[in-house]
Amino acid sequence: MANHTVAETLPVPFLEKTGILSWILSTDHKRIGIMYLVSISTFFLIAGAFALTFRFELLTPEKNIMDPHTYNVLFTLHGAIMVFLFIVPGLAASFGNFLIPLMIGARDVAFPRLNLGSYWIYLLGAIIILIALLKPADTGWTFYTPYSIQTETDVIMITLGIFVLGFSSILTGLNFIVTIHKLRAPGMTWHRLPLFIWASYATAILQVLATPVVAITLLLLIAERTLGIGFFDPAKGGDPILFQGFFWFYSHPAVYIMIIPAMGVISEIIPVFARKPIFGYKAIAYSSLAIALISFFVWAHHMFTSGISEVAATIFSFLTFLVAIPTAIKVFNWTATLYKGSIWLHSAMLYALSFIWLFTIGGLTGVFLGALAADVHLHDTYFIVAHMHYVMVGGTVMGFFGALHFWYPKWFGKMFNENIAKIAWFLVFVGFNLTFLPQFILGTQGMPRRYATYPPEFQTLNELSTIGSWILGIGIFIVVVNLIKGLFNGEKAPQNPYNSLSLEWSVPSPPPHENFEEIPHVTDWTYGYGKKQNTEK
Amino acid sequence: MSWLPEVASNLASKVDGVLWFITIISLIFFIIISTFLIYFAIKYRRRGDDEETPYITGNLTLELIWTVIPSILLMVIFVYGFVVFKDMRTPPKEATEINVVAKQWLWQFEYYNGKKTLNELYVQQNRPVKMVMRSDDVLHSFFVPAFRVKQDLMGGRYTQLWFTPTKVGTFQLFCAEYCGTGHSKMLGKVIVLSPEAYDRWEKGEEEEEGVASLSPAERGEQIYANSGCNACHSLDGSKLVGPTFKGLIGGESELEDGEIITADENYVRESILEPQGKTVKGYPPVMPSFKGILSDNDISALIAYMKTLN
Repeated sequence: MANHTVAETLPVPFLEKTGILSWILSTDHKRIGIMYLVSISTFFLIAGAFALTFRFELLTPEKNIMDPHTYNVLFTLHGAIMVFLFIVPGLAASFGNFLIPLMIGARDVAFPRLNLGSYWIYLLGAIIILIALLKPADTGWTFYTPYSIQTETDVIMITLGIFVLGFSSILTGLNFIVTIHKLRAPGMTWHRLPLFIWASYATAILQVLATPVVAITLLLLIAERTLGIGFFDPAKGGDPILFQGFFWFYSHPAVYIMIIPAMGVISEIIPVFARKPIFGYKAIAYSSLAIALISFFVWAHHMFTSGISEVAATIFSFLTFLVAIPTAIKVFNWTATLYKGSIWLHSAMLYALSFIWLFTIGGLTGVFLGALAADVHLHDTYFIVAHMHYVMVGGTVMGFFGALHFWYPKWFGKMFNENIAKIAWFLVFVGFNLTFLPQFILGTQGMPRRYATYPPEFQTLNELSTIGSWILGIGIFIVVVNLIKGLFNGEKAPQNPYNSLSLEWSVPSPPPHENFEEIPHVTDWTYGYGKKQNTEK
Repeated sequence: MSWLPEVASNLASKVDGVLWFITIISLIFFIIISTFLIYFAIKYRRRGDDEETPYITGNLTLELIWTVIPSILLMVIFVYGFVVFKDMRTPPKEATEINVVAKQWLWQFEYYNGKKTLNELYVQQNRPVKMVMRSDDVLHSFFVPAFRVKQDLMGGRYTQLWFTPTKVGTFQLFCAEYCGTGHSKMLGKVIVLSPEAYDRWEKGEEEEEGVASLSPAERGEQIYANSGCNACHSLDGSKLVGPTFKGLIGGESELEDGEIITADENYVRESILEPQGKTVKGYPPVMPSFKGILSDNDISALIAYMKTLN
């Protein structure tokens, strides 16, 4: 415990200042992180509410509460908002902002004002998308042409919003790359970096290189709708498959923008709660980069039945299997880290273990979709819906919740109710599986996705799925209430409640404005848990 | 309840082979991972605050094993998937061609002898068929789960798909590529007939026999359900893509230009044949023409059916 005179001269915690201007003009990476966190969480809840609504529609084969057009609008908005406003900025912008400077021993990111600018651009994009809700698009989040050119709904506004969001993503990525290169504390060599930093670095590269492609694609789409230039509509001499190629050239790497930061989170949580060094550090670190690199060359696996040539399909199938290998390596490494550990089943750890389990299902079902003959049957069915949600919810959202529960004490200086957190985790876990496991079977049986109505033989599994969505919804609601309640009447958090060795836990909770009074000298990696048997490191 | 639809084409059992193979490998990996996760989480649960843990940072042999074995298995899966895919994309030379046109929201089939059907595809058991497909508007996808075949259709380019139906019966055809408001109603049936029955169908005997006993309104009801009307026009007064059929004939409709008309037989007939002529206000002009698809008798039957809805 520091004595009183020292404590009084300590810099003030970053949360001390109040007032709206202290937020929207703040260049403190931790405050910007909070603004992202609040924004993305809000959109997560909105898009989740859309999902609960149209899942309710699917309780009955024929019309239940809404007409098909409303249904189509709702799944479009659910997908678009979840992808572009929640999960792409997601962990990277919120926890990336908060953690990168703290973990590498820096006072802030390399370009703090640009960082704030990125947030404003994000907000602008979000506002444009909210305006687009006045006459919401019904194209699906993929905006496939020529439907997106012919529909009478407002496609321009929502794609314009996504176009603007892209700049936020690119600038954030650029900022993080420079930060990680230039602002590491003395002694923080590349091979001592926490794995979350490696993951953030790989993500940032993807953001910078892939996002411009979707921006240009959406611009072409807007040009076609407004000026009638025939890029994609065959009626105007365009090529609809070209749009799919462009779109997935971004959107497949984007899948890894969404999942790699969560993998980074899991690599941080597991060693701390198992009291073991991460198993295979270099394999995990470089597999993030490998995934990032290969992910640029697999996009056409979304298009095996679209009409691309057999040769192209075969090459992309092969490359898709390559990307499975580094992903599998990570899962084995995390599991091996648990061996002979001293495992504390804290709520954050429960989310991390759920991540491994659910992501394994998500990954293995991805193997089905990479195999050409199997994909022909499964493509555009509920199997895809289930697979994608096992990766995005079972993976990214579990990682997000894990991160929230893990770094909550550090970020907000308060503790949440751990027992309630465990109950909420249980509901989320059970609800999620009940929602999406039946959808795998619906898919193999042949139920197509994006169906407002369906043949009666699919009803039982749809009912299970809808009931699951209620449990999942209740679980998430409790997570939110529990974490918000902790802000107001939680106990004060100690500096390092889990005895973590990572740098962010060496500063007070919440951290002071510029993080470190003195820039630390790093002498070892962050995972030095356990008793060394010999001199090997 | 099986996890796969019934096997009704020559390709289906081959695709199922791939699906089963991947399922078994996946289950083995899944069980291994789950067992270790749960076993470790229980066995090494923290019992005291100062438990000692070993400092293990990796194991080269282990890491090589779990890189190499999955890599080999993945390559086997890739090759297996590719081999079957190649079969699926190589139609035999003797395959009978059928032209398929998809539009929002119906399927139109044209056979070598000039016969046309709507939303019902007639094929002969054990005779390979090749679909030559195009779309008149947006993307669609021809998907028959029981045959394990799927292929997108688009404008400006033909796509192909083939199969040999092996079972007599009726099988569900779905549109699998999202195509707008009527997507989930863009359903069809594949009717697989025995060679004798197919012969009769080709000569048109089956059709005559079947419909002779029906009243015009009953026949109209069949046409409503089988020709794609139901994708856009409701029977209960609710608004879909197009106006409801309930109370349509004899009722007043406001047209796009503001004119109010009383919908009669001639208006309905005109709207079926030239749908873009006089569209009702508040509805998008998206209906395809049924000229050459529905006969005069069909239209009369449909009108008779619509009158029963008032």
